[in-house]
Amino acid sequence: MSQNLQFDETGRLRHFLTIEGLSRELLIRIMDTAESFASVTEQQVKKVPLLRGKTVVNLFFENSTRTRTTFELAAKRLSADVLNLNIATSATSKGESLLDTIRNLEAMHVDMFVVRHAESGAAHFIARHVAPHISVVNAGDGRHAHPTQAMLDMFTIRKIKGDIAPLKVAIVGDILHSRVARSEIHALNILGAAEVRVVGPRTLMPVGIEKLGVTVFNDLDAGLDDVDVVIMLRLQKERMSGAFLPSVNEYFASYGLTEARLAKAKPDAIVMHPGPINRGIEIDSRVADGPQSVILQQVSNGIAVRMAVMSMVLRGQDDLARAEAA
Amino acid sequence: MPDASLNISVLLDSLESELRRQIAVRGLTDPVMIGIHTGGAWVARILHERLGLRDPLGLLDISFYRDDFSQIGMHPQVQSSKLPFRVEGRDVILIDDVFYTGRTVRAALNEIFDYGRPAQVLLGVLIERNGRQIPLQPDCVGQRIELSGGRRIKLTGPEPMALNIQQAGPDRRALA
Repeated sequence: MSQNLQFDETGRLRHFLTIEGLSRELLIRIMDTAESFASVTEQQVKKVPLLRGKTVVNLFFENSTRTRTTFELAAKRLSADVLNLNIATSATSKGESLLDTIRNLEAMHVDMFVVRHAESGAAHFIARHVAPHISVVNAGDGRHAHPTQAMLDMFTIRKIKGDIAPLKVAIVGDILHSRVARSEIHALNILGAAEVRVVGPRTLMPVGIEKLGVTVFNDLDAGLDDVDVVIMLRLQKERMSGAFLPSVNEYFASYGLTEARLAKAKPDAIVMHPGPINRGIEIDSRVADGPQSVILQQVSNGIAVRMAVMSMVLRGQDDLARAEAA
Repeated sequence: MPDASLNISVLLDSLESELRRQIAVRGLTDPVMIGIHTGGAWVARILHERLGLRDPLGLLDISFYRDDFSQIGMHPQVQSSKLPFRVEGRDVILIDDVFYTGRTVRAALNEIFDYGRPAQVLLGVLIERNGRQIPLQPDCVGQRIELSGGRRIKLTGPEPMALNIQQAGPDRRALA
């Protein structure tokens, strides 16, 4: 898949599909723009008129209440009109093809699709087939990418730690099936993090993951040693029945983040999780609700980052992207 | 090159005395001041100190409220607006460097009203030039000047501040 699909013929950022191949400058630009949107929540009217008259369609082929809600809120805070479509229970169940659905929505003069799909590459597929005036934002596709989640995590880390470059970051859990992990590895490497570790059982570790520029750990204590940031991944329950793991209890015993385990990390290390969390499976409640947890800050920051991405792809005149695509 | 006919300190003195007069005429007892990024904020910092206002200075970046966003896109250096006081019911002195088309002030008023409903807004600018496009005008002005079409006036700074008259280029952000 060509990353150039994300840019129009003049080099403007048109779609936001993957972190892979984006420049450091562009990622910093997204975070800086998100920073300026943070003040909108301080207003009595929590809206800016940037996307007034635009229509954003949340096309969710896979359920995700929190991601959909933050995209919806972000679009509404930009004054866009928002349509939420749960495709799994509507068009496709009537036998309507994906492209028919897209064509029908285009005929309703919408401006942006926010796409969540269980298949890797679904957002790219839609981006390749939409009318020229429509932007596509990937809200998570299969095992492939979840770029806005990665950006909100980078934004959260930067807000708390100041600079990402000197940091050691551990991503813990089901690396194999995680689009969040993949997007975060790309983002951390592009932003020059000192060390990116992936930690998890061998059965949940993709073969050749080292090629993405990470250090692999199968032992959690070793993986957490001296890190600044711990990113816990959500464990999908179906992995338990898929022969990837023996049992929930055994998983928690080996890879669950407890206070004792967290003590291996630096004393000021922060704990992140893309949510929703499985308490007692990947993370202990005392850690999830503890002083080092920034999980709720991630949720708040998600709105500002999604506002930044949406405003940049829909209207942003992006000189950096132009130079990048040339 | 800075324009020698536009002496910043004379303009600041003149704007300050206009503001003092208007504050007295309108009976404003405890106004707050808001400067518009970037030039307006520089001017406002000076006036805020000279007028000895009680509340800290507010700063407004109107990028998200511009009516030409669809043409020019996102400004790469958007600053956060910071209003460290409640706007609701307050008397506001809004400060910008140059008043030209009126669109910046329109955007600023829209943004201020999204924070709350002020009792009054008094607009002070260092320079008012010809070229108004919407029915807004400043209340207090350091100096009024006439410029021929295609020329623009720009404040550089913050230290030292200088006013430059330039031939306008293709940058549509020059609209002030």
